[in-house]
Amino acid sequence: MVDIEIHDVDFGYDESHIVLHNINLEIHEPGLYCIIGPNGVGKSTMVKCVSKIISPLKGQVILDGQDVAEMTHKDVAFKVGFVPAFSQDAFSMSVINTILVGRYNHQKWGSRQKDLEMVYKTMKLMHIENLANRSYNALSAGQHQKVSIARGLVQETEVLILDEPTANLDVKYQVYVMEMLRAIAIEKNMVIMTICHDLNITSKYAHQVIMLARPGKIHAVGKPEDVLTVENIREVYGINCRVYTDEETKKPYVILGSAIMGMAEDY
Amino acid sequence: MSENKLEEDHILSADVINSVKDWNTDYSDDAQFADTVKDYKSSIVKKFIFIAFFLVVIVVVTSIAITVGAVNIGFFEVYEIIWQHLTGNIVSDYDYIVFEMRLPRVVAGIIAGAGLAICGVIMQSVLKNPLADPYTTGVSSGASFGAVIAMTLGFTAAFGSNSLVILAFAFSLVPTMVIAMMSRFSNASPTTVIMAGIGIMYIFNAVTTVLMLWADSSALNQIFYWQTGSLALIKGWESIPVMFGVVLFGVVISMFISGKLNVLATGDDSAKALGINADRMRLLCLVLTGIVSAAVVSYTGLIGFVGLVTPHIVRMFIGADNRYLVPASAIFGAALMIVADVIGRVIIYPSALPVGVVMSFIGGPIFLWMVIRRNSSAW
Repeated sequence: MVDIEIHDVDFGYDESHIVLHNINLEIHEPGLYCIIGPNGVGKSTMVKCVSKIISPLKGQVILDGQDVAEMTHKDVAFKVGFVPAFSQDAFSMSVINTILVGRYNHQKWGSRQKDLEMVYKTMKLMHIENLANRSYNALSAGQHQKVSIARGLVQETEVLILDEPTANLDVKYQVYVMEMLRAIAIEKNMVIMTICHDLNITSKYAHQVIMLARPGKIHAVGKPEDVLTVENIREVYGINCRVYTDEETKKPYVILGSAIMGMAEDY
Repeated sequence: MSENKLEEDHILSADVINSVKDWNTDYSDDAQFADTVKDYKSSIVKKFIFIAFFLVVIVVVTSIAITVGAVNIGFFEVYEIIWQHLTGNIVSDYDYIVFEMRLPRVVAGIIAGAGLAICGVIMQSVLKNPLADPYTTGVSSGASFGAVIAMTLGFTAAFGSNSLVILAFAFSLVPTMVIAMMSRFSNASPTTVIMAGIGIMYIFNAVTTVLMLWADSSALNQIFYWQTGSLALIKGWESIPVMFGVVLFGVVISMFISGKLNVLATGDDSAKALGINADRMRLLCLVLTGIVSAAVVSYTGLIGFVGLVTPHIVRMFIGADNRYLVPASAIFGAALMIVADVIGRVIIYPSALPVGVVMSFIGGPIFLWMVIRRNSSAW
């Protein structure tokens, strides 16, 4: 498995508008890492720094002792897979070809049997094998999401980052996808990082929760029961809540109360 | 030990554990997987059939095109004469007519059609825009400016028609270079590139218009003819080698990068995460299409339609996978060009219509019909 270290990272689209402030994070254990926090807090920005889609203004991202800034996009691509938030392709290919793109680093011109097998198994895992020859743009939003997740999974990287994988999914598949990602992380010794908005799903499935707060800093990192507290949720989201411990899973269960206007607002 | 790691986790349900374990098992002998592979392979065979069909069309239409003209030459006689010429055994009286007068125009049509079609595919793909064509970045306005300079300022009179080709080629590269330089200061996103292309086009067109205001009527006629584009502008074999070399280079390179185009089509972020520097890739593609389309239009004038519409038509038949879309469009574009040229030459014989006009007039309605009829969403 890949060690990830983020040291003193600042990121901004220009000097006057800094999105991330002094981010420090170390990941040395495989598992499902859920990143939570309010809108515009830099969740996507942080994970994009890890996969070298953008480069930090200051600080370092280190994968397995190697500075990402000194690695090529291709080197990073072998270690870190990335599934972006929903996007519609301008010209859509069939589902099977769309997922095959995820095998880009494994295949040469023409697609070998092994790539097709991996794609097929992953389509089965996502329950979309009957969509194989449909055009990607003809699918529903939820089906898109499943195809995107499949495209990420077939990359077979040791780190997989998913930007809101459960957006657009109905509750059944939100639960299924998160549970599946947890199982894959355990089974394959992977680090899987997802950005997530549902606190209770995060609580149930995350091994570790990374909580970001405005203006782009890490507020808390740890097990769900340590991070998802009444105080943290109020400070970070500006909302009152009650937190119980679920009898069956022994995980915190959050019941949202009222929003506190004027607290933790976007600015 | 990893056998029961999943079972030890008290959160996971049996269904999910089984699904994930299934994901790890060998499926190479699975019957349903075999069916999926069979379907996939037959879809590829269909793409090759499409390519083969239009290769045959090219061969047949080449001969038809050569039979058209004042001197009557039979359909099969054409192949015979070409074969005799290539084997160095020239016996026919028509050898000169076939080989020196009629064949260069057809060959130029094939090269130009293929070149403009792959430029269209690449442009639409990297700019993620169905309205993009080889001229989106302003290649046409640059070429037009160069050609108008040659025709109005007396270069063609002084240095011969080669000066027109050289000036058109030189100026058609300018917009691409400007966009490449601009991208160092901003970025090379599709929107930036398209907007820059529009800006440059307006500047060139303004200067071209001024030159045309000063031009005399015979020069204006020439300019109008050139801006419509026509294979009649091909001056025999001397026009072929450069265009052929550049287009062949373009086709080969675009075949090599076609897999990368698929990755880029999934979005810039996703492409970067798969190891492709999206902005740099887009710039390289713009430079490639800039050079290829410049090489074509400097010989043939501004032939429209083929670069814009060919990729759409081919996508409707074989899908958007660039690994097949690139070669299939090259073949289809070549076929479309020579078919349209033949029609243009026979429809009001002995006079002729320029190929771009024919393609738009006949191809336009067919294209509209296809847009209405298409059942799968290619866009």
